[in-house]
Amino acid sequence: MNSMAARRRHPATLVVMLLLGLLATGAIYAAVDSGTSAQAADQKWSETQVETGKKLFAEGCSSCHGLGGQGSSIAPTLIGAGSAAVDFQVSTGRMPLAAPGSQAPVKGVIYSQAEIDAMAAWVASLAPGPKVPSDAMLDTSKADLAMGGELFRTNCAQCHSFAGKGGALSDGTAAPTLMNATPRQIYTAMVTGPASMPVFSNATLTIEDKQSIIKWIGSLQANDNPGGLSLSRLGPVTEGLFVWVIGLGALIIVAIWIGVKAK
Amino acid sequence: MSDIATPGTTADEHGHDSGDLELPNGRPAPAPLPHEPRRADVDPKAARRAERQVSTMFIVASLLFLAFLAAYIGIDKNVVIALPVIGTMSASNLALGLTLGLALFLIGAGAIHWAKKLMPDIEVVQERHVLESSPTDREEAISVFEAGATESGFGSRKIIRRSLITSLVLLPLPLVIILRDMWVTPTDSPSPNELLSETIWTKGERIVTDGSYRPIRPEDIPVGGLVNVVPASLEKVEEAEGTLNERAKAASILVRMTPAEIRSQQGGSAEEPWDVQGILAFSKICTHVGCPISLYQQRTHQLLCPCHQSTFDLADSAKVVFGPAARRMPQLPITVDSEGYLVARSDFQEHVGPSFWEQGAS
Repeated sequence: MNSMAARRRHPATLVVMLLLGLLATGAIYAAVDSGTSAQAADQKWSETQVETGKKLFAEGCSSCHGLGGQGSSIAPTLIGAGSAAVDFQVSTGRMPLAAPGSQAPVKGVIYSQAEIDAMAAWVASLAPGPKVPSDAMLDTSKADLAMGGELFRTNCAQCHSFAGKGGALSDGTAAPTLMNATPRQIYTAMVTGPASMPVFSNATLTIEDKQSIIKWIGSLQANDNPGGLSLSRLGPVTEGLFVWVIGLGALIIVAIWIGVKAK
Repeated sequence: MSDIATPGTTADEHGHDSGDLELPNGRPAPAPLPHEPRRADVDPKAARRAERQVSTMFIVASLLFLAFLAAYIGIDKNVVIALPVIGTMSASNLALGLTLGLALFLIGAGAIHWAKKLMPDIEVVQERHVLESSPTDREEAISVFEAGATESGFGSRKIIRRSLITSLVLLPLPLVIILRDMWVTPTDSPSPNELLSETIWTKGERIVTDGSYRPIRPEDIPVGGLVNVVPASLEKVEEAEGTLNERAKAASILVRMTPAEIRSQQGGSAEEPWDVQGILAFSKICTHVGCPISLYQQRTHQLLCPCHQSTFDLADSAKVVFGPAARRMPQLPITVDSEGYLVARSDFQEHVGPSFWEQGAS
């Protein structure tokens, strides 16, 4: 006991105790935190990915978004944008942008998925934000297709049209077609709300709801055209144009043939 | 063609006659074009060729009808084929449509080809008959009418005549009365004004997601977020009423922006704000002609109606910034309840949906 009491008064005791306390707090926090973040399901980014991402970002993105991703007068800040935003914007070819405009156009994808992951890792390391989904979250095998249809018509069809073909908005913007969207892109678009699109959080549209919507969009994409020409599935505008020009045109040609005197 | 020489001659006679006629404007009528015989009229070979063409069309049509039957029986309806330009389509639909459509077209085309090439090629003038009836018919009609008038006693029986006229005068009255509620409402029934100024949103009514009916906490909605919402009681009301009438009035949207972005709201005070930390609730029913709108563009805070492009600035009291709508979108005052869920403070304070006569200025 005497020796213990003597050590308690040792000058280093305070420092050691403080360090022990900090370690314990950190360990408990890490344990609790890993539990919650596992629930939100993000993949773990490695240090190399973050480093590679930082380099790629400095080369390809920093001229607009700033070296620290803090944004500028022509580009939004990426602090808090999250890995999901990077994954959506780069994997659809919207970023990097050729020139600022009302809306980023879809172009060819110039980064590999590994490079996209690296940049996502770096942006995710800046501040917490919407995370890319795990493969399990995109598993739609148990999703409710009918519910997906209802949720799609309530939340998505207004802009993206009932057939998922997209539609015009205001000020030169437009809701894009969903025909080429992957489940991962549909998910990341809903959680990040790119461009004009609002954010549909996992609290108001749960992961299950999103899986249903993804399954529904998949069924729209897989739809055959039993009748042939789909006319972009835009509805009465293209159908009317087709009937008035092609249909009526053919009738006029036949009428002329009937009327012309035979030789 | 010799057997139709007689009508041909008639045509020629008419042709000569019309040369002397005058048009209403005083000019001479144009002389008819000289009659040129068709190749089939003069060349028996051409006639036989035309005959072959017509019969070929009819024979091909017959074969196509048989092909239609074969396609109907033989082609599985699930087979999909890819075509250039048109893309993928059902092989069965394509075969059925092509065979039946082409067969019907060939019957028609054959008939027209037959008429143009082989049937008599003569111009015939048919005189228009006189529109006026013959004097005897007219006299007979007048006498029948007069006999009827005398025999029915319409002229002599005054009481019958007057009562009939009275009843005919009153005929439009029921029509006018049933349209009466266009400007007067019966005392015991709700006026259109009352029906349209009240929704099932009440003080403390939980706001739930449309379709999945889940209550919402403020932290569930990120900035830039949009939620399509309905009152929590809507599910039961719809079940009881069996109609979508209450949904049509109560459907709303929640949007969130940073409080600094909100330039103005339609009401609320510092103690009782209408928003919850930047979460605003608006009617989803356009004030123009009632389309449901949720085309919320989160960067500009504008709500765009897909029907007629009315645009509302949700950050500025949802006032109209473009389009035919005459009124802003009504805002729903909201707050949180003791359990932390979003609830309505009250019903809408303005009429929901399209404007109408009785609502007055708002």
